Amino acid sequence: MISVDSIQFAYNKDQTFIIPDFEIKGGEALLVLGKSGSGKTTLLNIMGGLLAPQQGQVLIDGVSVYALKGNKRDKFRGKHIGIIFQKPHILAPLTVEENISLPRFFVNKPSNEKVDHFLSELDILDKKRSTIQTLSEGEAQRVSIARALVNEPKVILADEPTASLDDENAKIVVNLLKEQAAKLNAALLIVTHDQRIKDQIEQRITITRKDL
Amino acid sequence: MNMLKLGWKYLMVKPWNTGLNILLLALGLSIITVLILIQDQFENKMNRDAAGIDLVVGAKGSPLQLVLSSVYHIDFPTGNIPLDEAGKLSANRLIKNTIPMGLGDNYQGYRIVGTNHDYLELYGTEFASGQAWRQPFDVVLGSVVAERLELEVGDTFVGSHGIAAASHEHDEHPYKVVGVLGSGGNVVDQLILTSIESVWYSHDDEHDHEKMEQEVATTGLPEITADETREITTLLVQYRNPIAAVQLPRMVNSRTSLQAASPSFEISRLFELLGVGISLIRGLALVIVSIAALGIFIALYNSLKERKYDLAVMRAIGASKGQLFFLIILEGLMLTSMGALFGILIGHFFLFILVMFNEQGVMSGLTASVFLRREWWIVVYALIVGVLASLIPAWNAYRTDIATQLTK
Repeated sequence: MISVDSIQFAYNKDQTFIIPDFEIKGGEALLVLGKSGSGKTTLLNIMGGLLAPQQGQVLIDGVSVYALKGNKRDKFRGKHIGIIFQKPHILAPLTVEENISLPRFFVNKPSNEKVDHFLSELDILDKKRSTIQTLSEGEAQRVSIARALVNEPKVILADEPTASLDDENAKIVVNLLKEQAAKLNAALLIVTHDQRIKDQIEQRITITRKDL
Repeated sequence: MNMLKLGWKYLMVKPWNTGLNILLLALGLSIITVLILIQDQFENKMNRDAAGIDLVVGAKGSPLQLVLSSVYHIDFPTGNIPLDEAGKLSANRLIKNTIPMGLGDNYQGYRIVGTNHDYLELYGTEFASGQAWRQPFDVVLGSVVAERLELEVGDTFVGSHGIAAASHEHDEHPYKVVGVLGSGGNVVDQLILTSIESVWYSHDDEHDHEKMEQEVATTGLPEITADETREITTLLVQYRNPIAAVQLPRMVNSRTSLQAASPSFEISRLFELLGVGISLIRGLALVIVSIAALGIFIALYNSLKERKYDLAVMRAIGASKGQLFFLIILEGLMLTSMGALFGILIGHFFLFILVMFNEQGVMSGLTASVFLRREWWIVVYALIVGVLASLIPAWNAYRTDIATQLTK
């Protein structure tokens, strides 16, 4: 379970992002809607332990993410938070298998079985040894999802996961994320401005930016 | 996946860049390797060859030339000295033993040295086959000579005048091989040894067949008749006591027509002279290594600019700052350790080529197949260069701001 409590964040004095308190339980999904520049990605970075807020806290299974410092927070993020970026951002020098096994390596977990499991779950097992350059956009997005899931995180954060996909693939990806979150009993948060997917997730919040 | 593999994958993104950086470093380190190998082996060889010889006495001229020609057999002799003067000197109470040497002939570039059996003892030689010379024109071959010229006991050959190949032949006096020495790893391996008498008789205009049947001197100086006038080239002298080292060279140089030269002194002087050149070459090698280090720094620094997003992604999926710092340092270490490895191998190959083209010269007796402990310092040195070159890029990687990079 992840909960966000009294978070406030400002890049400068003139601009504050106001984020409502919310909570996502394991297996549940929440859609965060907002226009460009409304602070969606900022929220995702704060929840992912990548950007410390000036106020408030993010709790994952009772652990305050920002109470953890340096290396401990990095390891906590690696083990418990899976992040899916707007673009797949797969590391080009590595193969599909190596990309997916990387999060497990960083947190000192053996990789073989889990990598194969998620390759299979995401229907890209045949691409295991492929280089990134040979993948289609949809396949690349699946690889990035597999990489986010391979450590079986408690929280899955997806930043505009459907932005570059057509309608059909957008629907497939959201269903895939919901399905995997349910299987892993993980809390799923999708931030997007993509109106096509708003009907696929029941829980929704909207965030706004307050200009002073 | 492991850190080594991850670093290697990123180095292989630009294989030509990586290869050239490794090659540049390897070339610099190969020069240092060659210098270490030559210096170490050359000093050992020089000291080994001069062991047991306290003083060399010969004709006036350059003392270094006298030592080089008589002890190391790599220069022309300064001239000859009368046998009777050599005899008087040998009788000096400060001298324990003298070994006469007659130089001046060669066979296919290998020097024919007239001496006595004390010379064999001086170097502790052992026979691979046959025995020492007993009669004029019996010869004993050093191991390298026997191997390269494919000669064995019972074979005969005709020597040539002079100490370099392609001189005129003494075809009236064929030499007969009576012994072949085992390898001693010293100057004797490259020599053809015979009696002083053989050297004399090969240059005589008249040939006395009776003398050819007589036994030659195996120790001391050969005996001659009153009406004979003979010369030798040098005397290798062993002192009776330490006082001799003070008195004898001065006495020979000031009171006789001979010249005395101390091998240890002359070799120290030679190393001092060579030292300037060696320092220059070493300086050049260090400049090349520094350029290579700069190249590695630039390569890592530039690659980091292109990889900032990748590094941010790695942080986002669980890599710690320390892991990224270590990754970049590891890449620097991989480049330089490969540079060191190739540098050492290229250095040994260089030496192999040098020795191959200089079989009978100063490089003879050196080998490229010896790996010295000092060469480990090249690896250590390269690793230090690797750490230094990657320190700033690694620090930049350590400071990667994940959120800023990911939102770009």
